[in-house]
Amino acid sequence: MSAPIIEVHNLTKHYGPVQALRGVSFEVQEGEVFGLLGPNGAGKTSTVEILEGLRPPDGGIVSVCGLDPQMPGAAFKQEIGAVLQATALPDKLRVGEAVSMFASFYKRRRDPAALLKRFGLEEKRNTFYSQLSGGQKQRLALAMSLVNEPRVLFLDEPTAGLDPQVRREIYTIIEELKKERKTILLTTHYIEEAEKLCDRVAIVDQGRVIAQGTPRELKQSSAGTTRIELRLARPESDAALMQLEGVADCRASDGVYVVHSTRVPQTIVSLVKYLEAHGNELSSLDIAAPSLEDVFLELTGRSLRD
Amino acid sequence: MRNAWTLTKVRMRLALRNRAFIFFGFIFPLIILVPVLAYFARYAPAVIPYALSSVLAITVMGSFQGLSVQLVTFREQGILRRFRVAPVGPGAMLASSILSNYILTLPIVSVEFLLARRVFHMNQWGNLGGAFLLVSVGVVTFAALGLIVASVTNSAQETQVINQLVWSAFLLLSGATLPLPILPIWLQRLALFLPATYLVTGLERVMVGRVGITHIGAEITALAVSAAMAFFLSQQLFRWEPEAKVGSRAKLLAAATIVPFLLLGLWETAHGTVRSAARSDFLSIERNAPTERSSPTERPAPLTPSR
Repeated sequence: MSAPIIEVHNLTKHYGPVQALRGVSFEVQEGEVFGLLGPNGAGKTSTVEILEGLRPPDGGIVSVCGLDPQMPGAAFKQEIGAVLQATALPDKLRVGEAVSMFASFYKRRRDPAALLKRFGLEEKRNTFYSQLSGGQKQRLALAMSLVNEPRVLFLDEPTAGLDPQVRREIYTIIEELKKERKTILLTTHYIEEAEKLCDRVAIVDQGRVIAQGTPRELKQSSAGTTRIELRLARPESDAALMQLEGVADCRASDGVYVVHSTRVPQTIVSLVKYLEAHGNELSSLDIAAPSLEDVFLELTGRSLRD
Repeated sequence: MRNAWTLTKVRMRLALRNRAFIFFGFIFPLIILVPVLAYFARYAPAVIPYALSSVLAITVMGSFQGLSVQLVTFREQGILRRFRVAPVGPGAMLASSILSNYILTLPIVSVEFLLARRVFHMNQWGNLGGAFLLVSVGVVTFAALGLIVASVTNSAQETQVINQLVWSAFLLLSGATLPLPILPIWLQRLALFLPATYLVTGLERVMVGRVGITHIGAEITALAVSAAMAFFLSQQLFRWEPEAKVGSRAKLLAAATIVPFLLLGLWETAHGTVRSAARSDFLSIERNAPTERSSPTERPAPLTPSR
């Protein structure tokens, strides 16, 4: 295996009294889509901004394309592309001007017109930035991040705040980049995004990487439990459901009981018996294979949305 | 250098698409200039070069306000961060800001000159080369001073408050609106510590006294040294991130920009000729100032303090 294109070892960062990163370590191989998955405030953006050279680390070793992101000069920035968590441009800058301007900053550059075409912005070439929709702004941000044929592309929450249709459009673009074997480091708190787009995922919580591997490996490591989602006619206590046969974990949220079971048939039979005995009824029942959400829950005791 | 030029072109386009810039950058100076020159053209044509030098100075000093607010707004909106992940340095960002402002100021200065000479019959061009040099150095200096303000303020609102305070001092104490010689002596001495005073008196000397460039060496040097110092310091203090706060050391460094003017002010107070030259230029035009039409033979009382 060749040397990793991104290396992060024991990275630490604090903001005043808040310890944002507590020894984050991972490696990304060339051509890989690597995801940092975690809830808001987990340390994903701090990590990616250190890798982009936007913030200095307090400790640890960081290398991107064999270079230190904090190195002075433009050499490092020639190698990377970035979609920041919130991209902003002057309101009266036209779409075509934005891409051409950023292309002009680099030694290695792609044809701005071809990029606009690829990202479906050809007809918006003369539109002011302020007149673009959220999805168009994000597509423009992606186009600008690729003007220099970057060796590594950083995407910080690229679909946050976008509606589902636009999110799917962005997924399609990222999947195309993946087919081109572009190295991408993606941060997200959407399970679907990490599962769908990433070759490997690091789950981040409270400034630490608590698990990493392919989505499949992570799910398999989820103690072999199956997720059962229940709705009941009347509420029951979590403790009562925990007593059912084969139940490893049970949590209620917004009227939905998420039960993790190691023996699904036995759990369902004992559930039905229990409900009959207590004069309660099942409103709905869904059985699903464990997701990365379940992995996160199992590792932290909290939901990604908490 | 190539990045700075690309950014300069983009900034010029953005400025020309901004209605506020068009109004305050192009139309407003003419709204001031035309009635002032029309009045003097009718009653005292010889005063026009003096009035024009004031209007030119106000136009040049306008560079101080716009750039700082724009830079802080870009920082607040997160626009600067996007440039930070590209191979663009603070030098290119700041130089493009100053250069685009300079290029956009030249047409309005030219229009002011042409209006004065062709429409309002200003009887002479003054020392055109000297005026061009002062305008050029002045635009760069006041733009760079504005960028220093931007480097130590955290919001557009805070920037505007500081700008207004400094701008008011520039307007009222430099001679741009109230001729320096009519101010109380202590205020005249205080004015010697302001960069604006050297721009105004320099322009008066080349426009009214038609002195050569060698006679405005002190003014040019003070403005140029301050421009270089302000540019260097604003590069050192440049902040890309809205949350990056300014340390007290940075504020001290920013305050160092006034050092050339402090030194020059002390020297001028002891040995200088700026006040006497301003008085001489003012007296030369005061003789031609319009009097009350009802009593044309009555000579007006001198406007200047006795000392």
